[in-house]
Amino acid sequence: MAPTPGIGEPNGAKGIQPQVTPIGEEAAGFHDNILLPLCAAISIFVLALLLWAMIRYRRGANPTPSRNSHNTTIEVIWTLVPVLILVAIAIPSIRLLRHTYTPPPADLTVKVTGHQWYWSYDYPDNGVSFDSYMLKEKNDPTRQANQRYRTDADGPPLLAADERLVLPAGKVVKFIVTADDVIHSFAVPAFWIKQDANPGQLHETWAKVDRPGVYFGQCSELCGARHGFMPIAVEVVPPAQFAAWVASKGGHMAGATPPAPDSTAASPVSASNVAAPAAAAAPASSGTPANAQPTNAVATNQAATKQP
Amino acid sequence: MSTTADALHLEAHEAGAEHHADHKPAFFTRWFMSTNHKDIGTLYLIFAIIAGTIGGAISGIMRWELMEPGIQVLNHAWPIGAGTANFDEWTHHWNVLITAHGLIMVFFTVMPAMMGGFGNWFVPLMIGAPDMAFPRMNNISFWLLVPSFCLLLGSTFVSGGTGLGAGTGWTLYAPLSTSGSSGPAVDMVIFSLHLAGASSILGAINFITTIFNMRAPGMTLHKMPLFVWSVLVTAFLLLLALPVLAGAITMLLTDRNFGTTFFDASGGGNVVLYQHLFWFFGHPEVYIMILPGFGMISQVVSTFSRKPVFGYLGMAYAMVAIGVIGFVVWAHHMFTTGMSVDEKMYFTAATMIIAVPTGVKIFSWIATMWGGSITFETPMLFAIGFIFLFTVGGVTGVVLANGGVDTYMQDTYYVVAHFHYVLSLGAIFSIFAGFYYWFPKMSGRMYNELLGKLHFFLMFVGVNVIFFPMHFLGLDGMPRRIPDYTPAFAGWNKVSTIGYMITIAGVAIFFVNLLISLTAGKKAPANPWGEGATTLEWTLPSPPPFHQFETLPRID
Repeated sequence: MAPTPGIGEPNGAKGIQPQVTPIGEEAAGFHDNILLPLCAAISIFVLALLLWAMIRYRRGANPTPSRNSHNTTIEVIWTLVPVLILVAIAIPSIRLLRHTYTPPPADLTVKVTGHQWYWSYDYPDNGVSFDSYMLKEKNDPTRQANQRYRTDADGPPLLAADERLVLPAGKVVKFIVTADDVIHSFAVPAFWIKQDANPGQLHETWAKVDRPGVYFGQCSELCGARHGFMPIAVEVVPPAQFAAWVASKGGHMAGATPPAPDSTAASPVSASNVAAPAAAAAPASSGTPANAQPTNAVATNQAATKQP
Repeated sequence: MSTTADALHLEAHEAGAEHHADHKPAFFTRWFMSTNHKDIGTLYLIFAIIAGTIGGAISGIMRWELMEPGIQVLNHAWPIGAGTANFDEWTHHWNVLITAHGLIMVFFTVMPAMMGGFGNWFVPLMIGAPDMAFPRMNNISFWLLVPSFCLLLGSTFVSGGTGLGAGTGWTLYAPLSTSGSSGPAVDMVIFSLHLAGASSILGAINFITTIFNMRAPGMTLHKMPLFVWSVLVTAFLLLLALPVLAGAITMLLTDRNFGTTFFDASGGGNVVLYQHLFWFFGHPEVYIMILPGFGMISQVVSTFSRKPVFGYLGMAYAMVAIGVIGFVVWAHHMFTTGMSVDEKMYFTAATMIIAVPTGVKIFSWIATMWGGSITFETPMLFAIGFIFLFTVGGVTGVVLANGGVDTYMQDTYYVVAHFHYVLSLGAIFSIFAGFYYWFPKMSGRMYNELLGKLHFFLMFVGVNVIFFPMHFLGLDGMPRRIPDYTPAFAGWNKVSTIGYMITIAGVAIFFVNLLISLTAGKKAPANPWGEGATTLEWTLPSPPPFHQFETLPRID
C-alpha cells in the first residue's frame, strides 16, 4: 500500500496531523477547539493590554504617574478568573485521560521492542516476529549495494521502513512496549500514541484505526547516534488482508491453529477469514498494486539490511 | 515601599566615605582572590557572557545543520569529527551539541548571570549591606564554576561511546548515560555538574544568610525590593533541588563505574527512577532560571513606569507560591514514561495551578504600567518584550500540562518552542533587561541607547522567527534532538534558521554596544533613571565605591 500524501505523515502544515483513532480525534478536538483558541485569546488579550498601557500611559500622554499600587478587587478577579479557566480546561482534560486509560478489549496484541537503532515487532498470538529498519536513500553512501533503498511507494525519506507494522483496520490493537538497550519511544502521531520503551519494563498503549492506510512515526526519546533514523511505519489493512499477511509471514490467526485460551469475540471472524483471504487477497493484489504483499516481498533483503 | 532615595540623604554620606573605601587591591589579588561581592558579580557576568557565547555558537551550528534536510555540517564542520566518514560519529556529535548547548545555557549562562552576577552585585546593595555574609565562600562559589566548565568542555575531547563527547542530552537519562555511553566523557560531565551544583549550593547558603541577617535597619522582609525576594526564593529552590541532582548523578556514576544497578532492571533497578530524581531537581531548576528574571522585570517595569510595583505582597508571595508548587509537578516531564492514570491526573492538575500565580505576576506588571508615566529605554523594551513572550510560553505550557494532550507533543519541537519561549526569550530577555538597567551602575558609564534599541528590535524579531515556527513543526510531528528530517519539515526549519541569523545580528550589536560604552560611554550619574528608581543601589555613586554602606542606611 502506498501512503496517502498528507495523512499519517508530516505535511508541512501548521496544525496537528489528521487523526485516525477515537482518542486522537477527541484529543485533537480538545486542542484545536479549546486549548488553541484559549492560548490565542490570552496572548492577544495580554498583548492588547500591554499596547494600550504603552500608548495611553507613555510619558508624553501621562506626565504625572499615579501612585496607585493596590486594588483588592482587581487582584481577586485576576486570581479567580484564571482558576475558573483552568477548571474549564481540566474537565475535558481529565475526561480525555480517562478515555485513554479505558481501552475496549483488545482484538490483537503486538509487542514492540526498541533497539539501537531499529524496532522489532512480535505478534505473540499469531506467531509472527520481524525487525523493522529505516530504508536508506538510493544515493546514500552508507547503503550497501545489496540493501534495498527507499522508493516513494515506501513513504517519505527517513520515515519509510523496510518492514511495516501491519495492523487490521477497525480492530482494537494493544501495544506492549519495551526496549532491550536504552530508552526509546514508540510514537505514531496520527494515532495519538507515544509510549516510552523502557528497558526492563513493559508498558501498554492502544489504538483502533478504522481507515486503512500507511502511517508514520519516529523514535521519540533520545537513544544515541541514530536516534533520528529509526522510524515507525504502520500499515493498516482490512482484516481479510491482515489474515493473508499473517499467513504469508508463516503465522496463524489467533484461535485458528493452536487453541488460544483467551480468544476474544473477534476471533471466530478472524478464523473464518484465514482460509478465505488467501483467495480473496490474491486477486486484490493484482487489482490494486497498493497491497500488503509487496511490502514484504523483499524479505530476502532483510538479512543485508540488518547490518548497520 | 518607603526606600526612596530622597528620604535617605545617602549620597552626600557615601561621597564622604569614598576616600578610604575605595582602596582596591592589585590586579591579581582583586580578581583572582576576590572577596568583594561586586567584583565577584562582575566575574560571574564575564563568565556567563563567555559561556553564553559558546552556547549560542553551538545553537548556530545546530541551526546551520537543520537549515536543509540531509547532513551537511556535521560531516565536516565539527572540528573534532573532521575527516571521519563514519555516519554514527557525525550523528553522535549532533547529540554532543544538543547536550552541550543545554548544559552550557542552563548551568553556565543563565544561572551564573542571574544569581552569581546580578544577585551578587545587587542583593547587598539593595538591602543596604556592606557585602555578602560569607565573602570567602562567595569566592569559592565562583571559582568552582571554572573547573566545572573546563570539565564540560574537556569532555568533548574524550570518548563518549559512539564518538567523542557526551551525547546523552542535558537530562543524562539512564541507561543511555550508563551502559549506553562508554568512555570517560559522561563521567566528566557528571563531575562537572557536581562542581556546578556545589557552587550553586554554596551561593544559595550565602544569599539566604545575607538576606536574613544583613538587611539595613528598618528593611523588613516586606520592604525588600522584589529582586531580593526573587533571589531569596531562588536560593531556597537551589538549596533543596540541587542535592537531589547530585544524588541522582552520583548513582549514575556508580552505575557506570562500580557495578551498582540503581537504574538497571537486571539488578532490580529502574530506569524511570532516574527520571523522577532528575525532574525533582529539573522542574524547580526551570524556576531557578526564571524567578530572578521575574525580580528584575519588576524593578525595571516599576522604574520606567515611575510607579511603585502594583500589588507588592501579591508579587512576592506569587514567587513563593511558584517556588513551592514547582516542587510538586515534576512528573509532567514524564507523561509518556508509562505512568498510571491517577499519576497523570494529579500532575496535570498540579501543573495547571502554576498558571495562577504566574498570571498574577503578568497582570501585576501590566497594572504597574497602568497609570504610569512610561519611557521606553532599552531595559523597559526588554521587560515589555519579556512580559509578552513569557505569556506566549506560559499558555503553551498550559497546553503541555494536559497529560492526554502531551502524548502528542512530548519530545516534539512543540516542547522546544515552549521552553525556549520561557527560557531563551524569557530568561535571556530578563537578563538583558537587567544588564542594560544596571550597566550604568556597574560600569559607571551609560550604554548607547540607539544601539541598545536596535539590539532589542533585532533580537525580538529574530527569536520569534526562530521559535514560533517550531510550534508548527511540533504539531506536524517533528521529534526533538534529530540532526536530519523528512522534507515535509524543511520549510519551517529554514525560516527558523533565518531567525537565528537575525538574532545573531542583534547579539553582535550588543557586543559592539558593550565595547563602545565601556571605552567611550558617557559618565553615569548615581541615578540615571530618575524618580522611578527607588531602590538603594541608586543612592550610591556609579560605580559604587569598593566598600559601600560603612554606615548602614536606615529605612523608615
